[in-house]
Amino acid sequence: MTFLAPWYDLRDLGNAVQALLDRIRDWGAPDWVPYAVSSLIGAVGILLWVVLSVLAFIWIERRVVALMQNRIGPNRVGPAGLLQPVADALKLLLKEPITPRDADRILFWMAPIVIFIPTLVIFAVIPFGGRMVLADLNVGVLFLIAIATINTPAVFLAGWSSNNKYALLGAMRTIAMLISYEVVQVLALLAVVLFAGSMRLGDIVAWQQHYNVWIVFLQPLGILAYIISGAVEINRSPTDISEAESEIVAGYHTEYGGIKFGFFYQAEYMAGFAIAAIITTLYLGGYTAWGLEKWVPGWALFLGKLYAVFFIYIWSRGTLPRLRIDQLMSFAWKFLLPLSLVNVALVGAEVLVWDETGVSANVALPIIGAVNLVFCLVAVVAWARLLGHGAGRQRGRRALLTKEVGVIHFEPAEGASPGPAGIPAAQALRRRSGQA
Amino acid sequence: MSVDLEHYLVVGAILFATGLYLALAKRNFVGVLMGIELMFNAANLTFVAFSRFVQSDDPLSGHVFVIFAITVAAAEAATALALAVLLYRVRDTIDVDRIDLLRW
Amino acid sequence: MDDTGTVIAFWLLAVITVGSALMIVAVRNLIHAVVFMMVSFVGIAGLYLTLSADFVAVTQVLLYVGAISVLMLFAIVLTPGGSRDNAETFLRLPALALTVLLGATLAYVAIDTDWSLADRGGFTDTASAIGDALLGKYVLPFEIASVLLLAAMIGAIVLVRPEASIEEAEE
Repeated sequence: MTFLAPWYDLRDLGNAVQALLDRIRDWGAPDWVPYAVSSLIGAVGILLWVVLSVLAFIWIERRVVALMQNRIGPNRVGPAGLLQPVADALKLLLKEPITPRDADRILFWMAPIVIFIPTLVIFAVIPFGGRMVLADLNVGVLFLIAIATINTPAVFLAGWSSNNKYALLGAMRTIAMLISYEVVQVLALLAVVLFAGSMRLGDIVAWQQHYNVWIVFLQPLGILAYIISGAVEINRSPTDISEAESEIVAGYHTEYGGIKFGFFYQAEYMAGFAIAAIITTLYLGGYTAWGLEKWVPGWALFLGKLYAVFFIYIWSRGTLPRLRIDQLMSFAWKFLLPLSLVNVALVGAEVLVWDETGVSANVALPIIGAVNLVFCLVAVVAWARLLGHGAGRQRGRRALLTKEVGVIHFEPAEGASPGPAGIPAAQALRRRSGQA
Repeated sequence: MSVDLEHYLVVGAILFATGLYLALAKRNFVGVLMGIELMFNAANLTFVAFSRFVQSDDPLSGHVFVIFAITVAAAEAATALALAVLLYRVRDTIDVDRIDLLRW
Repeated sequence: MDDTGTVIAFWLLAVITVGSALMIVAVRNLIHAVVFMMVSFVGIAGLYLTLSADFVAVTQVLLYVGAISVLMLFAIVLTPGGSRDNAETFLRLPALALTVLLGATLAYVAIDTDWSLADRGGFTDTASAIGDALLGKYVLPFEIASVLLLAAMIGAIVLVRPEASIEEAEE
C-alpha cells in the first residue's frame, strides 16, 4: 500500500507535508510543533480551497442556470462576468449591517457565526487523498451527522432573535424539514456503514478500493435518499422551502443583511460542498477510481467527482419547481422513511448471508448490486402507486376561515398573567364576532 | 501536572449541584427540565470517568450505561415537554409555582 | 493522562462547562439559558473526548445539542404566555443551601475516597465494542429502551393532539 513517497510526488499532497514535518522533527523541535504545523496546514488549505471554490461556483452556477433559462447571466464585471462573485462579496462587506430594533442583539450576531463553524468542521474528517485528511475519526460517519445537527438550533436562534414573524416561521419550517430528513439521512448512511463495517471514512474508501466497487452500485436507493435529504439540508431548490421568497420573504434570514447575510450565504454554499464531499466519499469511491489514481492525483479525482455531484444540485435548481411544505414533509415520512427502513433491513440480511456463506466477493457483490437495483426500482414504483392510489378521490380539506371557527378561545385562569387574551387583536376579533 | 479521576468527579459534582438548584428553584417548567437534564449529564460524566480510570473486568459497561441514560433522557424530555404544552393549554402558564391546584 | 495537551483541554473544557452551567442559573432570559445549556453540553462532549470516549461524545452532541435543546426551544415558543424571565420561586434560599451542601459533600467524597485505580490508558475503538455489548450482553435492556422510546413517542403525540373543541368547529 505504501509506496515510495518523495515530497514532489504530488499524487498525494500529504507527502509534501510529511516531508516538511520530518524536516521540522530533524531540527529537534518538541513533539507538539509538527502536530500543530500539520493541523495548521490542513485547516488553512481547506479554508482556502472552500472559499475559492465557493467564489468560482457562484459564477458557474449563475451562468449555468442562466443557460438553462435561456439568459446570458452575469457578463459585465470582468471578462465574461468572472469578477461578479468578487463584486458581490465586496457589496456584502460594504453594506450597512442593520439590526432590527427589538432584536436580541447577542444572539442575532451569534447565529451566523454558529451556523458557519459546523459546516467548516465537516471537511476536517473528509479524506481528500490517501494522507490528506485532517482527523480521520473512527466514528466519522456519526460525527458528520452530529455536526450537521448543530445547524438546527442555530437556525432557530437566527429566526427567533430577528424578532420577525416571517423569520420565525421560516426557522420553524427549516427545523421541521431538517429533523424529518435527518432520520432519512441516518438510515441511508447506516446502510453504507453496514457494507463497509466501519464508521471511519478512510476505511470506507479503502473498502471500495479493495473490492473495486463504488457503493453507489450497491445502494441505488441509498444515494437517492441521501441526495434528496442533502438538498433539503442545504436549502436548494426544489426543497428551498425555508427561504421561499414568494411565501415567507426569505425565511430565517429575512432580517439579515450585509456581512451577516454573507455568512449565511457562504455557510449554505459550503454545506453544499460538504454534502457533495460526503456523497463522493461514501458512495463514489472518494479519491479512488479503479486504479486511475495511480496516474491521476487522488485529490484531483476527488474534486472532480465532488464538483460533478454539486452540479446535480445546480441542475435541479435550474429545472425543478419548488415543492409545498406539506408535500415535502409527507414525502419524508411516508415515502423515504419506510423505504429506507426496508433498505437497511435488506442490506443487513445481504451482508449476513454473504458472511455466513463465505462466497467470494466477485460473485456476491454483483448479485447484491442486482438485487438492490431491482429492489430500488420495484419499491419506488410500487410504493408510489400504493400511496398515490385513492389520492384523486380524497378531497383536500378546505382551509377554515376565522368566522367559521368562531372565536379562538383563551380563558386565562384567575390570577394568571395576561396571556394572549390581553392582546388587542384577539379582543377585537372577539368583539367583531359577537361572542364573549 | 496531570488530570485524574478526582478532577472529573468534582466537575460532575458541581454540575449535579447546579442542576439540582435549577430543578428546585426555577419557576419556569423548562428551567426545571434543564436542571434535570444537567443532572443526567453530571451522572453520565462520572460514569464515563469511572469506566476510564477504575479497575474493572468490563470497562466499557460505563459507556453502555451512558448510552441508555441518554436514551431515557431523550424520551423523558419529549414527554415532559408535551406535558408542558398541554399544561399551557389548560392553565395558560407553565410556572411551576402557579400549578398549585390538585384538580381543575 | 500526563499529556500536556490533555491537561490544557481538560481545564479549558471544565471551565467552559461549569461556567455556562452557572450562567444558566444567573442569566435573566430563558432563551439565553437554553443557549448556555447547549454550550455546557458541548463542553461535556469535549470532556468525554478527553476521556477517550469518542462514541459517547458524538452521541452527546447528536442527542443533547441537536435534539433535546431544540425540543426545549420549541416548548418555550409554544407557550407564548409563560414567563420568560428565568426567575426563581420562593424556594430559592433553601434550594441554594441544599445545593451547596450536596455539592460540597459529593466533592469531599470524590476527593477523599481511595478509588481502586487501574493504569489502563485510553480506549482505542469504543464504537464497535459498544455495539457488540448492546447487541450481546445488554440486548434485553436495548430492546426495552426501544419500547420505551416508542411509548414516549406515542405518549407525546397523544398528549399534544389538537383539542376536541377545535375538531368540532371544523365539522
